[in-house]
Amino acid sequence: MTTTAPATTPAARPARPGRGPRLRTPRRHSVDRPRRSGLLTVLTALVCLYSLVPLAWLLINATKSQGDLFTSFGLWFSGNFHLVQNVTDTLTYDDGIFVRWLGNTLLYVVAGAGGATLLAVLGGYGLAKFTFPGKRAVFAVVIGAVAVPGTALAVPTFLMFSRMGLTNTPWAVIIPSLISPFGLYLMWTFAAEAIPTELLEAARVDGAGEARTFAQICLPLLAPGIVTVLLFTMVATWNNYFLPLIMLKDPDWYPLTVGLNAWNAQAATAGGEAIFNLVITGSVLTILPLVVAFLLLQRYWQSGLASGSVKE
Amino acid sequence: MTAAAAPARAARRRPVRRGRWTGWGFVGPFMAVFALVFLAPIAYSLYLSLFRQQLVGGNAFVGLENYQRAFADPQFWSAFGRVSLFLAVQVPIMLGIALLVALAIDSGRLYGTSFFRISIFLPYAVPAVVATLMWGFMYGTRFGLVGNLNDALGISLPNPLSPDLVLASIGNIVTWEFVGYNMLIFYSALRVVPRSLYEAAEIDGAGQWRVVTAIKLPAIRGALVIATIFSIIGSFQLFNEPSILQKLAPNAITTHFTPNLYAYSLSFSGQQYNYSATVAIIMGVITMVIAYVVQLRGMRKGA
Repeated sequence: MTTTAPATTPAARPARPGRGPRLRTPRRHSVDRPRRSGLLTVLTALVCLYSLVPLAWLLINATKSQGDLFTSFGLWFSGNFHLVQNVTDTLTYDDGIFVRWLGNTLLYVVAGAGGATLLAVLGGYGLAKFTFPGKRAVFAVVIGAVAVPGTALAVPTFLMFSRMGLTNTPWAVIIPSLISPFGLYLMWTFAAEAIPTELLEAARVDGAGEARTFAQICLPLLAPGIVTVLLFTMVATWNNYFLPLIMLKDPDWYPLTVGLNAWNAQAATAGGEAIFNLVITGSVLTILPLVVAFLLLQRYWQSGLASGSVKE
Repeated sequence: MTAAAAPARAARRRPVRRGRWTGWGFVGPFMAVFALVFLAPIAYSLYLSLFRQQLVGGNAFVGLENYQRAFADPQFWSAFGRVSLFLAVQVPIMLGIALLVALAIDSGRLYGTSFFRISIFLPYAVPAVVATLMWGFMYGTRFGLVGNLNDALGISLPNPLSPDLVLASIGNIVTWEFVGYNMLIFYSALRVVPRSLYEAAEIDGAGQWRVVTAIKLPAIRGALVIATIFSIIGSFQLFNEPSILQKLAPNAITTHFTPNLYAYSLSFSGQQYNYSATVAIIMGVITMVIAYVVQLRGMRKGA
């Protein structure tokens, strides 16, 4: 399939949104070219507004000083553009602790999400393409374990890790992040669809070993699914809050989420300085990298979604 | 079962070097870490729930005493009732919106499809902490949008952070966070429906609505069931949003607002690890049973 090639060249993107390069085979049927519907568009646009307005509020209020937050209208600018000052203050407050939190978060994401994706890809492929003793049990155990509330695990995991001397270290956050049951499920369904069993048979007949078959034949086919899983595990580790909250005492190891919450709580403590403007600006800086990653990776998982539908 | 049908039978005379255990080579690493961070803590939880820390004599085996205490604990049941109500109202609303949007985007009848898809999915990239702080500020009567509206219109809207409304306010935050995520799950499932089915339906003279009910919904049944199960699990586990809102609405959110918050407070403020583990296990069992029932009902043929 070479139809996805134009999609990966940024230069080929036209200015109008939604009219991006078509990722499917040239359309021939009226089924593929239905009438556009104004009503459906309006309804979807409402959901879209609901999704975007809070983000707009956040962006607008990141431009206000602590005082202006309380005196100006929430969905409009205060006339006093304070954004640059806010960003500077956020990055330098308390000896630049925010930058340190950002570094921690990156560490947790790279190690945690990378490892989680690797394990999910291997496991999903194994579940999709092999029969082995205990396969049903694996599925039942994984699905069952997902249903156990986070705290059911958090408390004993905390106690276990503290005996191993792992609490208050990055390991306490990274190791539990390595398991993404949802990633495993995604990869399993994707591998079942994307890898024809005949192809594996052919590779085996040709004498390729399992590892080589997986690395050279299956991995390229799985690429779109891998990007999707990576995206989900990245979000999960970047947004992780509960686990680090329990495991970490030392603010030097906090990820951004726990740090922001600590800043917000500061206003409620006696003698604490209220820094809502920094909480809001810090929030913007926290979601910015993920939003950028989403938009950049979008082309890949779009092509992944589209290539799944090409059945011809 | 899901889309992952059993792999085709391998050819009969297959070489010996690929035993029945090959699959474990791929699944093994995941399961090894899984055993460390899921199974071991669960086992440890079970162990904890059967004991009690005593001031004198240390750890004592108390059998099911902790469970008896939980079943007679009004705080636990009020928390459980709260998340059940939350689940009954919030999950159908969220999944309904997600399904409608997924069908609308998949129908190809929208202007600006990819813009909608990415915009509605975007809140999923926002951490729960940021989403809750953001909505919490907006709910605020001091410098939030609610306060703005009150000032501008000279009215007094009900305070979203009041004890009566705070659960609905949390429902709104969770819906905002996860509509796009569920939409994407449904949408991805819709994309792999063979297009030839739609052509056949068109030749048979089926209308749009008929195509949705007869082809699309049955085709994505697996995705619907999975999304429902994950949403139920998420509702029972509700923790992040109420725990963060506590700072902004200390009077509305108690330490036993949700079962998870209760278990957390028990262990990290009360040091009652044994009882906390018991509460968590009871919630885990209830969640598993409900998830299992949903799966059985959802996967029944011809439902």
